[in-house]
Parts: sequence; structure tokens; C-alpha cells
Amino acid sequence: MVPISYYLILSAILFTVGVVGVLIRRNVLIIFMSVEMMLNAVNLTFAALALHFLSLNGQIFVLMAMVVAAAEVAVGLAIVMTVVRHKDTTNIEDVNLLKG
Amino acid sequence: MLDYAWLMLLFPALGTLIIAFFGRRLGKGVISWLAPGTVLLSFAVAVSQFATLLGLPAEERHHEVVLWQWMTAGSFSVDLALLIDQLSVTMALVVTGVGFLIHVYSVGYMHDDPRYSRFFAYMNFFILMMLTLVLANNYLLLYVGWEGVGLASYLLIGFWFEKPSAADAGKKAFIVNRVGDFGLALAIMFIWSTVGSLRFADVFANADVLVAAGVIGTVTMLMLLAATGKSAQLPLYVWLPDAMEGPTPVSALIHAATMVTAGVYMTARSAALFDLAPTSAMWVAGIGAATALYAATIALAQTDLKRILAYSTISQLGYMFLAVGVGAYASGIFHLATHAFFKALLFLAAGSVMHALHGELNINKMGNLRAKLPTTYWTYLIGAAALAGIPLLSGFFSKDEILWYAWQKSPVLWAVGLVTAGLTAIYAFRSVFVPFWGQPRDQKLFHHAHESPPAMTVPLIVLAVGAVLAGYIGIPHLSLIEGWLEPVFHAGGAAAEGAKAAYPAAWVEWVLLAVSALVALAGAYFAYTAYVVKTSIPKQVRDSLGWFARLVENKYYVDELYDKVIVNPLRDLANWFAGTVDKAGLDGAVNGIAGIAGWLGGQARRLQTGLVGLYALSILFGAVALVAWLVIR
Repeated sequence: MVPISYYLILSAILFTVGVVGVLIRRNVLIIFMSVEMMLNAVNLTFAALALHFLSLNGQIFVLMAMVVAAAEVAVGLAIVMTVVRHKDTTNIEDVNLLKG
Repeated sequence: MLDYAWLMLLFPALGTLIIAFFGRRLGKGVISWLAPGTVLLSFAVAVSQFATLLGLPAEERHHEVVLWQWMTAGSFSVDLALLIDQLSVTMALVVTGVGFLIHVYSVGYMHDDPRYSRFFAYMNFFILMMLTLVLANNYLLLYVGWEGVGLASYLLIGFWFEKPSAADAGKKAFIVNRVGDFGLALAIMFIWSTVGSLRFADVFANADVLVAAGVIGTVTMLMLLAATGKSAQLPLYVWLPDAMEGPTPVSALIHAATMVTAGVYMTARSAALFDLAPTSAMWVAGIGAATALYAATIALAQTDLKRILAYSTISQLGYMFLAVGVGAYASGIFHLATHAFFKALLFLAAGSVMHALHGELNINKMGNLRAKLPTTYWTYLIGAAALAGIPLLSGFFSKDEILWYAWQKSPVLWAVGLVTAGLTAIYAFRSVFVPFWGQPRDQKLFHHAHESPPAMTVPLIVLAVGAVLAGYIGIPHLSLIEGWLEPVFHAGGAAAEGAKAAYPAAWVEWVLLAVSALVALAGAYFAYTAYVVKTSIPKQVRDSLGWFARLVENKYYVDELYDKVIVNPLRDLANWFAGTVDKAGLDGAVNGIAGIAGWLGGQARRLQTGLVGLYALSILFGAVALVAWLVIR
């Protein structure tokens, strides 16, 4: 039996990697993947804790988070497609139409 | 029969609605029958009411027709109800009778006007409102009629609104009347808060409550204020001469025969209140006498035919106020009725002159018109003689009645009335001799003059007959009208009975009658000498009077005074409010708040850098801070 702390540390590392990816990368698609990584890090936490407490709540949350993530990918990729068609770039720094 | 009194209101109401909404489609032919027809039907109903009342014993001649409950709020409740008694029926007869003749006259007079249907819609509306005023059984419904006739007056004075002078005159009439109307509104509120009812019968039966509360003087003085506005008395008379800008039938109907007498009617109706407020009644008489004399002097110096008649109306209304002020309510209403005939006649005849001379009203350009306009001349002569109080015509009887009651109250009032009677005779006959006698002064005008169509001359003749005969309902000692009206005014108490016993001996009355007849004849004779025989007299008189003549010719500079003291300061104040308070103050405050919001937004928009990484970092820091707070807490 793997101790619960291992799962939590792994998920923390994955989450941090995702956050750093979102913060420092300029490519929209990479940022997207980083966001997915953060989501899955959280999913991992849920699953691990569900096992630890022998409760189904966490597993249900995982499923819900996956549904939300799927929807988010669908919308997000559509936005990325549109941005690419208009600006011919995936660099996030070039997309600043709403700048104050 | 008396329960059908509401039909009197229904016919003009229907006429107004039909003409207002379908007037253009109906065409002039239909309107020419419809508009006078509705008034004639009302007149027929009024006659039937009169006949029914005559058939009843005197103490039962008081009938109230409750149509429906108008409004209720807490203990406040007012019915839409009509009061049929001797006074209201007399008024309704005058309004619909004279109103009908003037409608017929208008068919001829307004024939070529492009807004023919609108004119008759307004006229029927006026009849409706005037009947509401005189038939109301409570002060609030009276107030509705009071404001309604004011509106009709405004619309009809400014009927030819393309002329700036007509539009201004309409505004002036409306605004000056508002000054008086607020007095009536306040009086009604006082009555409500003290007596707790606005129904005439309740108010008069509880008049002593007003006395006990100490507001009777206030209420009656506020009513007097309202009456001076509507009935063109000092100091609020200034709108009436300008109101002559309206079409002549309007001047005859509204500004001579009916609407301007509303103040006299209201004072007479409130006799029970004025009887208990002797000081206010004295003010009414004083203002009446002063106005009568004052307006008569102005009328002497005017050259515009309609304005002479306008000032004459003010002067005659002063007589009526004198009458109701000294407690001779029946005589006031009697003079109101005879005046309605002869003054409507004079105005309509003046309109006929105007019609013949293409709108010319300056009497100094007329002359010898009796050769060209025989019907107009004879009817005008009868009207002027009745106005002057020539014996055996209607004005003689009614004016003499008033002077007789004034004498009993105070010889000073009588003397003022007598001097006014002399002046009245002079200016009345001046307005006959100068335009109708002598040599034509403007050949071109004279050459084109022509008699008016029958639609205009027939009403003149009917009114002339009325002006002769109307006085015979009030012959001294046989006075039918006094016996008829008296119960209305003394329903409340027997105070008047005591006063009657103190009347001076009858021979005094005959002497006074002879004196006033002599004064009227002397005035007429003087006018004949001065304006026909020896036409240099007016100039001599004018020169000998010096500054006073100029003062009178300029109407005592009252309009100028009001402009200086009231109108211009108010206008300056309004401009100051518009320019300084509104633009700088209110607009400044609103714009300032908007500016502050804009500045704050300008500062805040710098946060939106457009760098997504920065946003993400902010979210991260925010989340970390939140978690840290939750943990540390």
C-alpha cells in the first residue's frame, strides 16, 4: 500500500508544474495543456483521498471535474481556432484587444 | 322632471366630443346645425327645469340630482351631483339662452375660418364647463367648472394663435386667473378642513362652524381673490382688455355675458358665508365700486371699439360686486342677467361692424355707419342705451336696484355708483355717436362697408328685444326676480328679515330712481353735444385735464406697472434660475459626479495590461493569499 502522502506530493508537484507552465509559456496550446495538468493534479488528490477515507465522494468529484474539463477544452480550443484564424498566431502576448 | 337636469350637461358634452373627433369629416354644414343645436337642446332642458320649479311651492324649489359618487378617500367624499334651485336655473337659462344666440351668430361670423370645427368644439366645451360651474352642488365640482371655463377662455382667446398678440393674451388671461384660482383652491381646503363637507347645503347649514373656527374671514377673502381674477376686478382685471384678441363671439359669450360673471355667481352662491363676514362683504362692495369707477374712466378714453366694451364690462362687473357686497344678491344676479343681454348684444354688434369694415376697430376711422349698417346701428343703439341706463330699458332697472341697495348701506358707495352711471352714459353714447353718426372719416372703409348676413343680424335683433324686455322682471316693488331668487340667499338664517325692516321710506327710492335716470340722460346728452354737435369739446376737456388725461389714456399705466413690479422681476428670477442655478449649479453637480466616475475609471483601466501571464499570476497570488488566510486564521 502506497502511503497517502506520496499521492499528495505527486499531485502537488504536478499542480506546480502546471501553474509554472501557465505563467511562463507564451503558446496558447501549451498553456492549455498546463491547465489540464493542474486539473488532473487535483483529480489525483481527489482519487487518493477517496481511497484513503474509503468514501465515494472524491471519485464522483473526479468524474465531474473531467466533464467540466472536457467542456472547457471544447470551448477553449474553439476560441484558439478563431484566434489563429484572425491573427495567425498562437502567441498569447499578441492577443490583447481588451487592453485598457 | 328635475332629475333630468343632467341632460343639460350631456348635450354640449356630446357636441364637444363629436365636433372634436369628427369635425373635419362632418363638414361645415353639419357643424353649423350641430353646435348651436346642442346648446338649444340644453336651453330647452333649462326651460323645462324652470317651468317645473315654478310649479313647486317656494320652499320646495331646491333639488339635488346625485349622478354618482365621484371620489371617496377616508372621510373625504364628493358626489358628482347637480343642484337645481332658483339661482342655478336662472344662471343656466342665461348661459344657454345667450350662448345659443351667440352660437348662431358665430355660424355667420366664423364662416370663412379654416379652423371652423375646432372653434365650435371649444365653444361647446365652454358651455359644458359653464353649466358644470353653475349647476354644481358642491365647491369641488364648481371648481372643476371654474377651471374648465378658464381653459376654454384660454383656448378661445388664443384661437388665432398665429398672431403673437393673441397667443400672449391667452397666456396672460390664464396666468392672471391662476392667481385668483389658487385663492379658490385654498378656500375650498379651508372649508373642507373646518366643516368636513363641500356640499353647499352642508357648508351653509354649518357656516357658524367656520365662524367659531375663526376662518370665515379668510375663506371669504380667498373667495373674493378668486372672484377678482375670474370676474376681472381690481387688481386682477388686466387680462380682460387683452382678451379682446379672441374672435368677437368669444368676447361676447365668455368675456361679457357668462364666464366673467362666475365670480359674481360664486359670491352670490356663498351668500350664507358672506353674510357672516361683514368685513369681507364690505371689501367686495368696495372693490366693486372702485373697479366700476376706475374702468369707466378708462373706457372714456379708449378708441378701440371692443376695448371700450371690455372696460365697460369690467365696470359693470364692478356694479355686480357692489350689489353682492352690500347684500343685494338678487339685484347682482338681476344685473348679471340684463348685462348678459345688452353686453352680448353690444359685442356682437361690434363684431358686425368689424365684419363690415374688414377688422377695423378704431372708432376714429369710422363715421356715419348707420347709413350702411342699419340693423347693426339700431341694435347697437338699444344695447348702448340699456348699458347707459336710459329709463325703461333693462340696464336702467337693474342698475337702479343696485344703487338703491348701495344707498342703504352707505351713501359713499351710492355716490361712486352714480358718478359711474354718468360716465357710463357718456362712453356708451360716445361709442354710438362716433362710429355711427357724423361724417365718414375713412372713405375707403366706408365705401366697402356692408350689412352682415342674417345669421348674424337675427341674433342681434333677438338680443336687442331681450335687452329691452329683460328689465321688466325686476321693476321696483313688483320685482319678480327678487321674489324668485331671495329664498336661495336667505335659506340659512333670518338675519335678512331684520335688515329689511330698517329700509328707508319708499319715497327715497323714487327720488334716487329719478336722480339716476337724470344722470343717465344728462350723460347721454353730454355725449350728444360733445361728439355730434360741437366736436371740439373732447379736445378742450382733454387739454384742461393735462396729466390726468394722459394717465387715463394710458390706462393708468397699470400694465407697465405690473410689468415692472411683477412680470420683469419674475422673468429675471427665472432667467437667473435657468442660467446660474440650473446650468452652473444642478448641471455642474451632475457633470461633476460623472467626471469623478470617469477619472476613477481612467485610473482603474491601467490594471488591464493585456498580459495574460500577469493576470494568471494575479490569480495565483490571490489564491495563495486566500489559502494562507484560511490556514492562518
